[in-house]
Amino acid sequence: MRKISTVAHVRFVMLCAVCALMAVMLMSCRDEAEVTTCDGTGKAMVAEDATGQELADSLMAQWKRDHPDADWVEQEKERHELKPPADNSALLKGGQSEGHIYGQPTERDILLWGRETEKFVVEGSRIFHSADLLGSTVAVSCDMCHPHASNTHPETYPKFQTQLGRVVLLRDMIHWCIEQPVRGKHLEPDDPAMRALEAYIMAQRSGTPMNYGKH
Amino acid sequence: MNPKYKSIETKYREQRESFFRGLNNLDRRSFLKVSAAAMGAAAASGVVSCPSFQSVTVAGQDSASQRNTPFRFAYISDSHLYEKKINDRFARALLRAVEDINSLDPQPDFVFYGGDLAQLGQASELDFGAQILKEVKAPIKMMVGEHDWYLDMGEKWRELFGKPTYSWDHKGVHLITLNSVVEEDFWTARGMSSMERMMTVAGLDNGVQSPFSVGEPQREWLKNDLADYSDDTPIIVFSHSPLYKLYKKWNFWTDDAEDVQATLKRFKSVVVIHGHTHQLLTNRIGNIHFHGMLSTAWPWPYAPEGMPELTIEMNRPDPFNPNDGCGDGEVQVYADGLVDKVYNLWNRKQITLSKAYMISWGSKGVPPRPNRPSY
Repeated sequence: MRKISTVAHVRFVMLCAVCALMAVMLMSCRDEAEVTTCDGTGKAMVAEDATGQELADSLMAQWKRDHPDADWVEQEKERHELKPPADNSALLKGGQSEGHIYGQPTERDILLWGRETEKFVVEGSRIFHSADLLGSTVAVSCDMCHPHASNTHPETYPKFQTQLGRVVLLRDMIHWCIEQPVRGKHLEPDDPAMRALEAYIMAQRSGTPMNYGKH
Repeated sequence: MNPKYKSIETKYREQRESFFRGLNNLDRRSFLKVSAAAMGAAAASGVVSCPSFQSVTVAGQDSASQRNTPFRFAYISDSHLYEKKINDRFARALLRAVEDINSLDPQPDFVFYGGDLAQLGQASELDFGAQILKEVKAPIKMMVGEHDWYLDMGEKWRELFGKPTYSWDHKGVHLITLNSVVEEDFWTARGMSSMERMMTVAGLDNGVQSPFSVGEPQREWLKNDLADYSDDTPIIVFSHSPLYKLYKKWNFWTDDAEDVQATLKRFKSVVVIHGHTHQLLTNRIGNIHFHGMLSTAWPWPYAPEGMPELTIEMNRPDPFNPNDGCGDGEVQVYADGLVDKVYNLWNRKQITLSKAYMISWGSKGVPPRPNRPSY
């Protein structure tokens, strides 16, 4: 799981830009100056007379070069088509929102909910499609039997799983698959990877009526 | 640690090691032993071993020189082998298929391999597959799949098996093998390495890749190849992808299918046998009858839309049985070139899609229907 979000990185780099600007202002005798970004790892050459925006752009560009998978959400969505999360824009309408704090989300709220939810699910897609991330010892990933999470039928759980002789949840079946055909690393039920896998599988069945117990 | 008490995982690893050791001296003499061990392990893991499929008696087997004599061939497809030491399940499955075919009595006229012998097109995977397929007693014909091709653009495959596009005549039938997995270049602009290209194509639901096609040069080759044959010559075409448009998102699809179908239209009897879909799949477009092949490695779910009317889906496979929904099969070719297509499912009764079913547009000889449809 990526612990630092892209949004956080942008804020971080902008802060770096301010630091760098101050550094450059102090070095007036050179055309270009090398600055170390605040994370202590990245280095960038910046023009001595660069404006704040130019400086921020060049540092951002350097950060992107250092992190080629920064757009991992978009990249993963391009590789593996994803059902979008529900559209909540209708919440912006309606007359009762004034005076009702929970009832008045902003456009920014709605954007944030959508992006964060989608990112959670996209992380699941990444794991679902990667034998490495699943820790498979036989190079098998979920998508090899379940393209686009088909035949995973999350809407049918809980149900009596005949082969196990007990009632199971989707999570139990994910666990079973990782242990058996995938021969991957053991995941606890609350492991971030397990949560992400569950999220992806359920997201892909968006719109299907719940039908627990169905075989 | 007391060796008396081994974990399931340790036992599995030991079994896998000994299986791979056995493969190191795979030759005709030890082959039966290794493949019997493979079958044994499958049985031990709770798999019901079903008898090899019954042989079909064919009239006129010995009059090979006569034109338009019925014959029978067998098929194996989509084994998706990794290099040795990585995945024993897929290797065991291919051994089981070879064992099935070798135990057919009488032997089929030839064995057709339907493509995707390798998983990631690596030389070590293709060599491994060739080593196992060498044990097939009947003559073998090879077709290429996308998993064999997109690491080195078919270099190793061609070195091992020759040209991917070819034709031959057998007992009055003209047979053609195409490479239907030609993709437009999506990799150069993205600066992908060969392995990135391969991994992209290897993902069935990876939307970065291009649709499959036969392509202009092969379509021209096909026209020339068929030019000298009369309309009443029975034609059998092999393609890895189905030669029609079923579901683009998984490349159950050939982009220039209509052009190829148009070239085949003038013939009275045309049968297309394809791989890639890993399931019972049946279609008919005009004069052309289409049949899918089973995979030895894993079954695919059915496409969520656009299923051909003639397809009777197979029951949803049992995830607890690694062989369920997998298998091999045979094709009985009649004198008129039409076929009975036999799906030899390893964990179930075999299912035959008969010539009568195809001719009657699904009203006669209907195979049993599933009670557990795909989701």
